[in-house]
Amino acid sequence: MTSARIGASDRLFLIGTAAAVSVVPLLIVVITVIVVIAAWPAVQTHGLTLLTGVEWDVPRQQFGALPAIVGTLTSSAMALALAAPVGVCVAVFVNELAPRTIGTAVGALVDLLAAIPSVVYGLWGIFVLLPWLRETVMPLLRDTLGLGRFALFSGPAYGPSLLASGLVLAIMILPYIAAVAREVLAAVPRAQREAALALGATRWEMVRDAVLPTARAGLIGGVMLGLGRALGETMAVTMVIGNRNALPDSLFAPAYSMAALLANEFNEATGDAHVSALMAVAGVLLFVALLVNALARVLVGSVRTRHARVPG
Amino acid sequence: MAVWCGVVCFAITACGERPGASSDTTHLRRPGDAAELTGAGATFPYPLYARWFGAWAQRTGVRINYQSIGSGGGIRQLQAGTVDFGASDVPLSDDELAAMAPRTVLQVPTAVGAIAITYNLPGLDRALRLSGPVLAAIFDGTITQWNDPRLRALNPGVALPERDVLVVYRADGGGTTFAMGSYLATVSPSWASRGRTKDVRWPVGIGGRGNEGVAAQVKAMAGAIGYIEVVYARQNRLPTAALQSADGPFLVPTIEHVRAAADTAIALAATTTAAQLLNAPGATSYPITSLTWLLLPREPERREGTRELARFLAWALRDGGVIAGELGYAPIPDRLRDRLLPIIDSLAVPTVP
Repeated sequence: MTSARIGASDRLFLIGTAAAVSVVPLLIVVITVIVVIAAWPAVQTHGLTLLTGVEWDVPRQQFGALPAIVGTLTSSAMALALAAPVGVCVAVFVNELAPRTIGTAVGALVDLLAAIPSVVYGLWGIFVLLPWLRETVMPLLRDTLGLGRFALFSGPAYGPSLLASGLVLAIMILPYIAAVAREVLAAVPRAQREAALALGATRWEMVRDAVLPTARAGLIGGVMLGLGRALGETMAVTMVIGNRNALPDSLFAPAYSMAALLANEFNEATGDAHVSALMAVAGVLLFVALLVNALARVLVGSVRTRHARVPG
Repeated sequence: MAVWCGVVCFAITACGERPGASSDTTHLRRPGDAAELTGAGATFPYPLYARWFGAWAQRTGVRINYQSIGSGGGIRQLQAGTVDFGASDVPLSDDELAAMAPRTVLQVPTAVGAIAITYNLPGLDRALRLSGPVLAAIFDGTITQWNDPRLRALNPGVALPERDVLVVYRADGGGTTFAMGSYLATVSPSWASRGRTKDVRWPVGIGGRGNEGVAAQVKAMAGAIGYIEVVYARQNRLPTAALQSADGPFLVPTIEHVRAAADTAIALAATTTAAQLLNAPGATSYPITSLTWLLLPREPERREGTRELARFLAWALRDGGVIAGELGYAPIPDRLRDRLLPIIDSLAVPTVP
């Protein structure tokens, strides 16, 4: 084979793969542009009330998406608060503490959670989680523990609620957080652990002082990847959140999320104003999700590049 | 109702345009005919349309694809011209019809639907009885307890529990919500201004996604009450309330009662030129009844497709009742069918060159 031919095939290979790669950013740009164009009439008509209005009343042409935005953000935040500590603990246990066989088994089980389709989570939510919340958890929190005095835990116990949505989302994003956390912990150089142990640190002190601080940015990145998933999750959320387009005044209150609002209303939307307002909501969701994901990638990447290539 | 009026008006113009006296009513395919047609719209008639289109393809070889993406989606796609026909549980308003320009749209009722009120009251041994005003009070949050005196008065001898009433509505709007809201607007002044839309803003309760979402939430919550499409309720053997009809008796939504409502409403419409299916008079008329519509566009570049669809409709309205009955749909009243068929037949014949 002549070097010229190798050069030609290499060039072809380069062009081919580059073309495939360029499709991805192009898709993001195209999707964003289309959403913005479709949302533009609503943005012009309603302006900031799209973000700050609390009335979503289609017949009266009022499109305030604040309840949905708040619902998305609070249920996702709740999911993070629950899933992040558990996910990091899983990763620490699997990578640092457990014997290899047990660690692998636990890791595989957690990964399996990611394979469950979201509609199954939703069904589980409706038939198991919601009755349990309504009959046991909510009365316990509100009456037995007396938390009903606080607005956060007051109100009638329907079942479908912000709380239910946060719990389901927590379970759904746990495997993502755990998987990234394990990867990040694995990227922390062995030498660092050995140094800590050599200085007389216990296992716990080693994890606390040598591993976690190094991995911190990456762990936060993993958590934010989980957040990105929680923000956009649609099916499971719409099945348990209650689809009530009003600002929730309690964790027990039925609420709405942007993704659920879109999924529910888009199919039946007829008027241009309605469609455009929904597109504006889609734009907000897209913007928040892209932002969170981009930030997460940067944070995860920072750990990898700083440590992964350093010979351990 | 403006809708019915729309059909009648169209009927007149359509008759005026009737092309020649050709008597070609055979279903044979000729070259140049559209071999495949696509439509999109309402989910409620989907099982019926799927069976009808399957049977039609066997008879004639003409394949009709139907995507049940929701009434609103069907109307949007029809307006964009990306489908050959649409389907909707909500009749098009005058504005929506005007927005279809330059094409005109013939709205053809294909089946009668009804809304069932389903509930979850453990230990109740007979159908819950509800009246229109009481139903309206439940759905606007005025009645909050199952042992409310108004409910007890309608259900003498029934031990109604001291439980919160948990309202479940359709979060995804559509025809079911339109029929329910319109009924509440018919029977209750407090709903009159806000009920007649597929995007009803429900003051209390939680939203379920689709019939199955509402049914699942109601099943899972003791004390819940919700509204669903009657065919879905029947197929899943869900408990349905007996609703007080306009003439007084309490009726569950059987096919007979749904048909009776449509029959009397259409019969009355012959004299008043307005068919009011909701709360129709008659001792056996179930009160929340509505028509589902196939939207047939008429525009020059789709002449072949319209003709093909008109042939299909002529067959479906004449011979499709058996399939409809098997699936639990009530066929449209004979009187309405007899009025529609001449229009449809006139569209089904080839235009004179």
